[in-house]
Amino acid sequence: MDPELIKDCVHCGFCLPTCPTYVLWGEEMDSPRGRIHLMSQHVEGTPVTPEMAGHFDACLGCMACVTACPSGVRYDRLIEQTRAVVEREHVRAPEERAIRELVFALFPYRRRLRALRLPMRLATRLRPLLERVHPSLGAMAELVPPPARPVRLPPRVHAVGRRRATVGMLVGCVQSQFFPQVNAATARVLALEGCDVVIPPRQGCCGALSLHSGRDARRFAKATIETFERAGVEAVVVNVAGCGSSMKEYAEVLKDEPGGWAERAAALRVRDLAEYLVELGPVAPRHPLPVTVAYHDACHLAHAQGVRSQPRELLRAIPGLELREIAESAVCCGSAGTYNLFQPGPARELGDRKARHVLATRADVLVSANPGCSMQIAAAMRRSGEGEMRVAHTAEVLDASLRGLGARALGGR
Amino acid sequence: MSDPVLDRLAVRFEELLPAGAVITDPVRLRTYECDGLTHHRAMPGIVVLPETAEQVAAAVRLCGEYGVPFVARGSGTGLSGGALPRTDGVLIVTSRMRRILEIDLPNRRAVVEPGVTNLAITEAVREQGYYYAPDPSSQQVCSIGGNVAENAGGAHCLKYGFTVNHILGLEIVTPDGEIVELSALDPGYDLLGAFVGSEGTLGIATKITVRLSRTPEAVTTLLAAFGSIEGGGEAVSAIIAAGIVPAAIEMMDALAVEAAEAAVGCAYPEGAGAVLIVELDGPRAEVEHQFAAVERICRETGAFEIRVAASAEERAAIWKGRKSAFAAVGRISPAYIVQDGVVPRTALPEVLAGIDRLQEEYGIRVANVFHAGDGNLHPLVLFDDAAPGEGERAATVSGRILDLCIEHGGSITGEHGVGVDKSRYMPKMFTEEDLDTMQLVRCAFDPRSLSNPGKVFPTPRLCGEVPGVRKGVHPLVESGRAEQF
Repeated sequence: MDPELIKDCVHCGFCLPTCPTYVLWGEEMDSPRGRIHLMSQHVEGTPVTPEMAGHFDACLGCMACVTACPSGVRYDRLIEQTRAVVEREHVRAPEERAIRELVFALFPYRRRLRALRLPMRLATRLRPLLERVHPSLGAMAELVPPPARPVRLPPRVHAVGRRRATVGMLVGCVQSQFFPQVNAATARVLALEGCDVVIPPRQGCCGALSLHSGRDARRFAKATIETFERAGVEAVVVNVAGCGSSMKEYAEVLKDEPGGWAERAAALRVRDLAEYLVELGPVAPRHPLPVTVAYHDACHLAHAQGVRSQPRELLRAIPGLELREIAESAVCCGSAGTYNLFQPGPARELGDRKARHVLATRADVLVSANPGCSMQIAAAMRRSGEGEMRVAHTAEVLDASLRGLGARALGGR
Repeated sequence: MSDPVLDRLAVRFEELLPAGAVITDPVRLRTYECDGLTHHRAMPGIVVLPETAEQVAAAVRLCGEYGVPFVARGSGTGLSGGALPRTDGVLIVTSRMRRILEIDLPNRRAVVEPGVTNLAITEAVREQGYYYAPDPSSQQVCSIGGNVAENAGGAHCLKYGFTVNHILGLEIVTPDGEIVELSALDPGYDLLGAFVGSEGTLGIATKITVRLSRTPEAVTTLLAAFGSIEGGGEAVSAIIAAGIVPAAIEMMDALAVEAAEAAVGCAYPEGAGAVLIVELDGPRAEVEHQFAAVERICRETGAFEIRVAASAEERAAIWKGRKSAFAAVGRISPAYIVQDGVVPRTALPEVLAGIDRLQEEYGIRVANVFHAGDGNLHPLVLFDDAAPGEGERAATVSGRILDLCIEHGGSITGEHGVGVDKSRYMPKMFTEEDLDTMQLVRCAFDPRSLSNPGKVFPTPRLCGEVPGVRKGVHPLVESGRAEQF
């Protein structure tokens, strides 16, 4: 916890109303300003007490406070440093440790996730039992989306028409296992917009899960950099908000590593899909898609990467599509990476709140650019019993328009 | 916790309040040690987070039973230390009381709980064409309860008045724990007026009826850049002299502009010694007519660039620089003090020249942001808290700015309140007798001085000296001009 970064906070409180846990509980120590105060207490010599660790763990890492802060406090850096300290100094209860180890041994590995797909489907039915064993297991079972047809992506998808760029594509661990159709749509959209898309078959986890939990992410970062260096691409396009934000942090993560890693990280042009498509400019014709869409700002896209206008711009450019805004769009849905697994209680409350606002838009489709958010909000809508809404990724909506599939491809009217 | 009285009190609170509403862990308590003014700190003895007026009243009664002082706090954004806790007391935080209870558009009023943020009221009625007028710069976070306690102002108070002009009724918990309603319609003494701005010394507001205003038909915002502060000041005087009452006239000097630029990239004109923001609102015809006059005055007084907001987004962009100015100063200085003083508009140039002299004398930078229309200055005194002695020098400069305000017939606070920070300046503004008279009002509400003691007034006086025991006879009582309650 860098005291210099802590000092930037002038205690103005502008972060409070954007903080999901402050919105829920209205307590100072569960607000960014209060957590920074706790950090300064630790820097001044107070050990990490269980209470203190609890308030840091309760932070979703959504970075809404970073957007709101007029003093430019780097809360993102601070909380990452703090989580590392908590991991080092705080001894967790045995069952909490077990759950965390399970998650970290599972989610960053695509093959392990694949092996678990069948048991996970079973788990949906065993949810009440799992819930009793541990709330985190119950949350996991509730989040699992219905099984998707596996999609095998070729190592290279050729541009349609004149080639305008060669880009790499990260398939993501959770994305590729639970939402393979999003990756397929992403590759098609990029190809239709004139990109050769390189999809390295042996890519691993980008390290987002570890990085956002205070664990060492350097191994994952280096492997990912090497993979895309070998691919020979101009940019790496990422369709998962959480992965994109952590990959944009590689230079910071590897800043002390010998071997020029920081420079190599900086040379990797990482772009969110929407960000990249807007930079590139459209060439493929858009076919009408008469559908109303509510766009959800994933925190790791809107707050961590500052990508808000681009996805909206892409959606609005589709003829016939009506875009609706969701109330409290800057407040996290409670997914937040592993948060809904480790903190199922508050995650559930935030999910319910988000689902209410989403359903209130009365849109046909909810568009979200992060698999975590999609699963979280879908589960909350199912739970509410007040109707469901088809959930799609920006890429799927664009794909449907570019290929002229019509609204039915999205389950709209 | 070592204080046995507080220990017993905490147990009673636990019985009384919902789970999780009583905080006694020192690590947690310390996060409440200050509000928006960080150089006064005190760890509260106990923090309670009530959810209803009844819980507030019960908590206050318990404090009374144990003779323990209490302090109310909303969002903790105050800038005079008004919510500075007592180490021997209880901090009653209203941040969980944030329901909007009633919106009554035909009668243009809303009833809200004290923890509702100022902006949340406007957001709740904006689509119907209404808003809540007072707009402190912290409006997205500050609580309406805190606004009532401090009689908060804001950029648009020049035309529309302060919080006190927009509160129609209050439900308060008195310092002895009674729930009482005060209304602007009540005949007799204006107790509502006395309560608004009493800085937590007369009780805690638990329900607030606010006036809703109609969103003006037209709003025009203009930004004018001047070579110097004097030019801007001249424009302000000329606008007011022309009989125009803008919704707001705000001025920022070069250093404040630099900070805002660093923080939010507001892109104000380069090379400006002063930037003036003038906003006009009202019926379209009136606004258009006045706008032409304002533009002409700005040009005549030497504005070298004038920008007019063509859309709501452009207006927001102009305001963004101004509204974030306080916290933005954090970008150009490790630490700073926000000062709040008032001078007659005509004295502005002299006072600003005086501030310049102070900067040189003490080697301390001061950025100036002010509600120029009503002469409310917000000098931001910049310093490096790591440099030995600089904090003290900054405090001296900050204090001497207030002396300047008083010398020029102004006041030590325009809208931030006296709190703990400025209580020592009260004797410079008021005579002993004035202060004693104020104490008589306080004693009428809070004879035991348990409600936010140590704020506003320099030293405990009268009933505050020793709870329950009075020393001597008050001069006003002795002279027969007042009666003790």
